[in-house]
Amino acid sequence: MVWWEQERKAIIELIKLIKEGKELKREGGRKKKKKRSTKEDMKLSALHQSYLNRRNNSFRSPAALDSSVDGSGKSLAAVFWLVLHCLCCLISLVLGFRFSRLVFFFLFSTSSTNLYSAPFRPDLPLKHLDVRTIGRNLDPSPVIGANSTATAATKSSRVVVGRHGIRIRPWPHPNPAEVMKAHQIIERVQKEQKTVFGMKSSRTVIAVTPTYVRTFQALHLTGVMHSLMLVPYDLVWIVVEAGGATNETGSIIAKSGLRTIHVGFNQRMPNTWEDRGKLEVLMRLQALRQVSKNYLFCLLEISGIVVREEKLDGIVMFADDSNMHSMELFDEIQRVKWFGAVSVGILAHSGNAEEMVMSIEKRKEMEEEESSSIPVQGPACNSTTGELIGWHVFNTLPYAGKSAVYIDDVAAVLPQKLEWSGFVLNSRLLWEEEGESRPEWVKEFGSLNENEGVESPLSLLNDPSMVEPLGTCGRQVLLWWLRVEARADSKFPSGWIIDPPLEITVAAKRTPWPEFLPEPPTKKRDQMPLPRGNNVVVIPKQQHPGKIRKPKRRSKRNKHEPKPTDTTLLVSSSSSSKQHQERN
Amino acid sequence: MGSAGDVLEDNPVGRLKVYVYELPSKYNKKLLQKDPRCLTHMFAAEIFMHRFLLSSPVRTRNPDEADWFYTPIYPTCDLTPTGLPLPFKSPRMMRSAIQLISSNWPYWNRTEGADHFFVVPHDFGACFHYQEEKAIERGILPLLQRATLVQTFGQRNHVCLDEGSITIPPFAPPQKMQAHLIPQDVPRSIFVYFRGLFYDVNNDPEGGYYARGARAAVWENFKNNPLFDISTDHPTTYYEDMQRSIFCLCPLGWAPWSPRLVEAVVFGCIPVIIADDIVLPFADAIPWEEIGVFVGEKDVPELDTILTSIPTEVILRKQRLLANPSMKRAMLFPQPAQPGDAFHQILNGLARKLPHDRSIYLKAGEKVLNWTAGPVGDLKPCLQGNGLIGDRDSFGCHLRREGEREAAMGGGMGAFWGTRVMEIVKKHDSGGLLWKRIKLTPTRKANAKTRLRRVWQNEAVLRACAEADASNSPGVSNTESCTSAGKNE
Repeated sequence: MVWWEQERKAIIELIKLIKEGKELKREGGRKKKKKRSTKEDMKLSALHQSYLNRRNNSFRSPAALDSSVDGSGKSLAAVFWLVLHCLCCLISLVLGFRFSRLVFFFLFSTSSTNLYSAPFRPDLPLKHLDVRTIGRNLDPSPVIGANSTATAATKSSRVVVGRHGIRIRPWPHPNPAEVMKAHQIIERVQKEQKTVFGMKSSRTVIAVTPTYVRTFQALHLTGVMHSLMLVPYDLVWIVVEAGGATNETGSIIAKSGLRTIHVGFNQRMPNTWEDRGKLEVLMRLQALRQVSKNYLFCLLEISGIVVREEKLDGIVMFADDSNMHSMELFDEIQRVKWFGAVSVGILAHSGNAEEMVMSIEKRKEMEEEESSSIPVQGPACNSTTGELIGWHVFNTLPYAGKSAVYIDDVAAVLPQKLEWSGFVLNSRLLWEEEGESRPEWVKEFGSLNENEGVESPLSLLNDPSMVEPLGTCGRQVLLWWLRVEARADSKFPSGWIIDPPLEITVAAKRTPWPEFLPEPPTKKRDQMPLPRGNNVVVIPKQQHPGKIRKPKRRSKRNKHEPKPTDTTLLVSSSSSSKQHQERN
Repeated sequence: MGSAGDVLEDNPVGRLKVYVYELPSKYNKKLLQKDPRCLTHMFAAEIFMHRFLLSSPVRTRNPDEADWFYTPIYPTCDLTPTGLPLPFKSPRMMRSAIQLISSNWPYWNRTEGADHFFVVPHDFGACFHYQEEKAIERGILPLLQRATLVQTFGQRNHVCLDEGSITIPPFAPPQKMQAHLIPQDVPRSIFVYFRGLFYDVNNDPEGGYYARGARAAVWENFKNNPLFDISTDHPTTYYEDMQRSIFCLCPLGWAPWSPRLVEAVVFGCIPVIIADDIVLPFADAIPWEEIGVFVGEKDVPELDTILTSIPTEVILRKQRLLANPSMKRAMLFPQPAQPGDAFHQILNGLARKLPHDRSIYLKAGEKVLNWTAGPVGDLKPCLQGNGLIGDRDSFGCHLRREGEREAAMGGGMGAFWGTRVMEIVKKHDSGGLLWKRIKLTPTRKANAKTRLRRVWQNEAVLRACAEADASNSPGVSNTESCTSAGKNE
């Protein structure tokens, strides 16, 4: 080792120097000594510098030592001892740790101290243990060629035992394009799962909707139509219209692009809710008859050509135009074997004005009463066995005595005891003979006497306990019942087309309601649907003097409330007043 | 589905006959009694294989007509208080068992184990050490070098994987998995799932040794990636979550295999195998390349790119293959056994090796195995002067008194020597031999002595060789395995 030799020489030189220094000391010449010592000093530092230069490729330069050497020019002996001490230290360090694993590791694995931050550090295997193939000596005559290839393979793949680097990429964030791809894969996999493990054969959904021409028909029917349009199964939509099929209804349902059957019913919709419910039952039965009869399925209805006859096979559901459906419902009803029931959430409210202004205490009392019965209709079942044990029925008692005639504000729209929309049935129940596969607990549909008070679909059955509860044993509410109807005297443009144009137009500079303050846009919900920025403002045509009192009371609470006397706002005002109730 | 279906459906019954040696219960049942946890950990295949063979139709009671010989021994049923199996005693135990069967039956010496198979499901199989470095140093136990090994370990060109070994899936509790099955149409909404260690802080504080750094790389690169559901804590919904995932990571740990392989296949989650050169269970019967995704250890940082660039059609095909019930069955050790399960696949593997090559049968007097090879600690029944005196561990240390007269038998008979002796009793109704413990009478003692003298001589020779060996190279011997085994008690 070259540097070792050089070091030895340096030490010898050092000793010589110190000897000279001692001689000088003996001489005792102060000034001379000073000069001399500075010279020696320089020499010594130079020596040290060269020493450092030689060593620093393998060791870190001891900065502290450097400074101490420079600063201790006064006493050479001290310098000597210091340098000697350092040297000894270094040598002992080298000898002591030479063979220790630590030094081995530090010297021969570059930059390994920085373990976790170093990206893509190449492998630093400490040992490559070649795999020894232990001869089994079982094969008595190994073919030479095969043997050589085997050994070659052994050499190509080696078991690396020891420390491996942890590869960390510099930019750890996911690539958005890849995330997108991953989500596409997930989506595709889920779709595949649905087709493979989901419903083996999806059945046609036959939706039955009784309707009639009225102000809010478009509102309700469009909502139901859009739900049905989203159904991922084959769907036939039977719309039964009271008072005969009209173009108005036809034009709405034609937009759906679904297979629709539009049937007229030769009875007008009565005014009372009770009678309406009864008529709707008759209409639904009419629709079921459409399903059960050798139904004439007209593809070209206009030309009146009967294309083919068929019985509709599928699942009949009663999609009233006052229903909201969750999409899970349509998956759930695919599981129906014969006759199923789902829970219906009833969002009933009465438009009773007295209730709106009811005192808080009174309402609390009411709530306590109501809390005993959940506003849900549907099957009640034993969660452990999954068997039907009874029914949740909507309690109509609190609403008893309230007439459902929409003459006044008091227009309580009430659901029936068991809404039809909470039931689904296999259409084979309607047209299959009992002998074939129809279970005997179902009445024969043809023999059903409709005048005999068919109130709920359960009347179709002999044994209502056979109903299959759907939606995790009826616990999941999969559809809601909410009916909002317009008042008879409300003025909505027919067909929802504003034509002819408004009667009076005034400049927007002068508002007809001076007490109105500029409002934040969020409150406009409660307001007229017309944009305010427009120059057109509707002026109410008439005012009911007898009704002014009520709005005044309310306007104390909220000045921004629109005048309920405004006829165009009647419906929205009722809803807004409901909001007030909730706020209070 | 898949070319593998036919092989998986094979029925081994009638194609082979297995003779099960009758061993004293301290090689198997006693160990299990001592620690019932052996039944649930991932090496439990050795126990269930024994139970299965005892009632299997392939079992024969006539050793002369047997194609394969099975030694019921549970070498990994020795758990630390925390439940980790440390196989320090296994080599001595295996050796003593082999000495026992070779001295009591003629079949071992006929082939020196070439028609015997052993279930060694530990991390590195018959290398009997949990650290790969040490395992490689040790190599397969010399006495087992001619035997067929049934092991979970599998890595190409590895010292611990013998050519003829059968790689089996690790044991995963089948009833528990069955109980956690959820309907197959529950949407798989997790892209990548992994639960387990990333750093083994206790055994590898520096990092980089454990899993060759692959698991650490998974964590460091993807801990914040929303596509990767990875964490160290095992939730109670672990099995359900696997059924809701598309890809399940199966990176290597200390050994290249892990129970995740089984879980992924059973739960229909595409296994992403990160273990270079791994040999997968029943690779001749299960098309792992078709059902899994193989990612090199060095490619872990690009894992997300690799997985998202797989065409969707390929993913769906893999899932369809994974849905194959015969594949799932072949991964499990159910109780009771079902046709096509992992037990049957092992038997199929053994049957495919038949008939035995004529060359395995040794000539009279021929010896191939070197009984004195291997680390000294394995050869010596006891480390003298090491503080390990006493017979608390029949495989670790035996009582050694003056000379041969009272020397304990190599097989570990020392524990009850002096009051009782093992007798071989021929039972009229059983084709095989039965061990029975009977009271020692002078005649029986004399008989036993003559019978055992042969063993003692053998033992004396071995001891002499071992001591000579030890004196030659005192520093490099593997003596710490014995001492640590003692400490682990």
